[in-house]
Amino acid sequence: MKKIIISLIIIFYASVLNVKADTIEVCSTCNISKIKEAITISKDYDSILIKKGTYKEYNIIIDKPLTIIGVNYPIIDGENKGEIITIISDNVTIDGLFVINVGTSYTEDYAAIRVRKSKNFVIQNVVLEKLFFGIYLEKSRNGKVYHNKIIGNAVEEYNSGNGIQLWYSQNIEIEHNYIEHVRDGIYLEFSNNCLIKNNVSANNIRYGLHFMFSNDDIYQDNTFENNGAGVAVMFSKKITMLNNIFKENWGSASYGLLLKEINDAEIIGNIFEENTIGINIEGTNRINYKNNNFIRNGWAMKVRGACYANKFLSNNFLYNSFDISYNSKLNDNEFDNNYWSNYSGYDLDKDGIGDVPYRPVKLFSYIVNRTPETIILLRSLFIDIIDFSERVSPVFTPDNLLDNHPSIKKIEW
Amino acid sequence: MLKILKYSFYDLMRSRWSYVYFAFYLILGIVLLFLNTDLSKAVITLMNVIIVLVPLIGTIFGVMYYYNSKEFTELLLAQPLNRSSIFLGQYLGVALSLSMSLILGLGLPFVFYGLFKSNAIWDFSLLLITGTFLTLIFTALAFNIALSNENKIKGFGYAILLWLFLAVIYDGLFLMSLVLFEDYPLDKLSLFGTMLNPIDLSRTLILLKLDISALLGYTGAVFKKFFGTNFGLIVSIIMLSVWVILPVFRMLNKAKKKDF
Repeated sequence: MKKIIISLIIIFYASVLNVKADTIEVCSTCNISKIKEAITISKDYDSILIKKGTYKEYNIIIDKPLTIIGVNYPIIDGENKGEIITIISDNVTIDGLFVINVGTSYTEDYAAIRVRKSKNFVIQNVVLEKLFFGIYLEKSRNGKVYHNKIIGNAVEEYNSGNGIQLWYSQNIEIEHNYIEHVRDGIYLEFSNNCLIKNNVSANNIRYGLHFMFSNDDIYQDNTFENNGAGVAVMFSKKITMLNNIFKENWGSASYGLLLKEINDAEIIGNIFEENTIGINIEGTNRINYKNNNFIRNGWAMKVRGACYANKFLSNNFLYNSFDISYNSKLNDNEFDNNYWSNYSGYDLDKDGIGDVPYRPVKLFSYIVNRTPETIILLRSLFIDIIDFSERVSPVFTPDNLLDNHPSIKKIEW
Repeated sequence: MLKILKYSFYDLMRSRWSYVYFAFYLILGIVLLFLNTDLSKAVITLMNVIIVLVPLIGTIFGVMYYYNSKEFTELLLAQPLNRSSIFLGQYLGVALSLSMSLILGLGLPFVFYGLFKSNAIWDFSLLLITGTFLTLIFTALAFNIALSNENKIKGFGYAILLWLFLAVIYDGLFLMSLVLFEDYPLDKLSLFGTMLNPIDLSRTLILLKLDISALLGYTGAVFKKFFGTNFGLIVSIIMLSVWVILPVFRMLNKAKKKDF
């Protein structure tokens, strides 16, 4: 009750303050022609309208709760001198700016827009180009990052930054952004309870989306296309991954999804299409894979060591060169009721479940694991013969690695 | 030579086996294209068929033709004709009729399917080119075997053994040597190993064109660098041509010296 009263009071005050808030206009012919000047003379909860034009400013520090709105995308040109906008106050909204030319530094992470130790911010409809870091959220919480377009020109990993970076930030919503040609599209480090939804992250040098030490996050309905690796989830817990598309992450060291040391995740309804490796997992525990489509990947799934209690249920494995590569014992991982396009068994009792178990690991995939050069024999008749004999009587591959109830038809959901 | 070529060619064109061979490819092409929606997938399946079946049929057909037309060959030898033109004519007659069955049999369904509008046309042409090369190579090898063996059974035996060696056993030995020497850098060795066997060479050429190269990891990078460039392509074509020319030369040499 007390909380409600307090919040009511806050809302009341806020609305009162809003009524009092002024609008300050900035343009090249106005009284105020600099954004910094406008911020200096503004009061709390004012709005600053920036008219169309080019503003050569950097180190703009927003230290009070302001709403900054760009009209027809005014250009803020940092002239490669350093950071452009820094928000250090709560309740700041930034809308409709075009920010270019962030300085590159090897000692500091200059960003186009940085939010530092702030709450309740909104960054939307912003276009960032020629950047080092794009939107950098640092020890902030309860913010929203909507509808932004970030287009970098990164070439090498060591001198490029990330599109949207979260560092010790909580409860952030990142939706409908388009990010390309940066190092990591979206990067979360020590950031919990974030929602990442409906974004497109493409052509990035390293990862489309990258989690480090971040827990309880959700990402869904995103598209990750043609990145070094689509998504990397490392050292994190309870990440939920729903209905994402991982596409054409194609190259000698590319993955659709890279999982390393992660626990208790849900991976449901995703599409992995034409990646060199669909999912690469290493040291992951208690993860449920359900209703995912693996289409025409090199390896649908590469399971390296130390994986326990993972469940692979009701997925579709369609026309992958290798379905699964496995280099350890089965442990207590479980494959059940998946559809495998390579399945050659039969279903006499017509219950939709194949009567013969399916062995997803081929002998050749075991050999390739050991001696990568042998992949040059892919699709050779000899390889087909040894694969067949291994399937009949497994010697090298784990003999209990079976799907006991392979589906006869493609699984729909 | 051209007359003999023409005669052999028409003789084979009239034979039932050419039709069966042609019909087989025609049906295969139609089934693959019209029951399978994905064109590049169809090209992969075709590749599997081509690198296994084309050499086999080339060898068997070559040996068979030689033994069957032996009496006619002896009749020709009694005429004032150059020996090399007789054998070259016969060889080309067989090889070209087989290649034609292959190209027409696979080409027709693809043309009806609308290949010219599709971007798989290069993959497909490469497929047909390697198929033709394989026919030329294995027919030449078959003629060699048949010339060296009067005994039909022995000849067939060697022919099948040859096919078995190049299509299966070679890869087995190759795989074993790669696994055995896994501690050493192997990319040069694997490149060399592929170049030596026409079937492997064709397979690798097609696979790399189908962009499976990324699967190959580091080795793939080496291969892509080699086969992906014009230089690699030219070297591969030269290598395949050498595989045609050497057996043909040996065949002509053998025929010149042979006492019929």
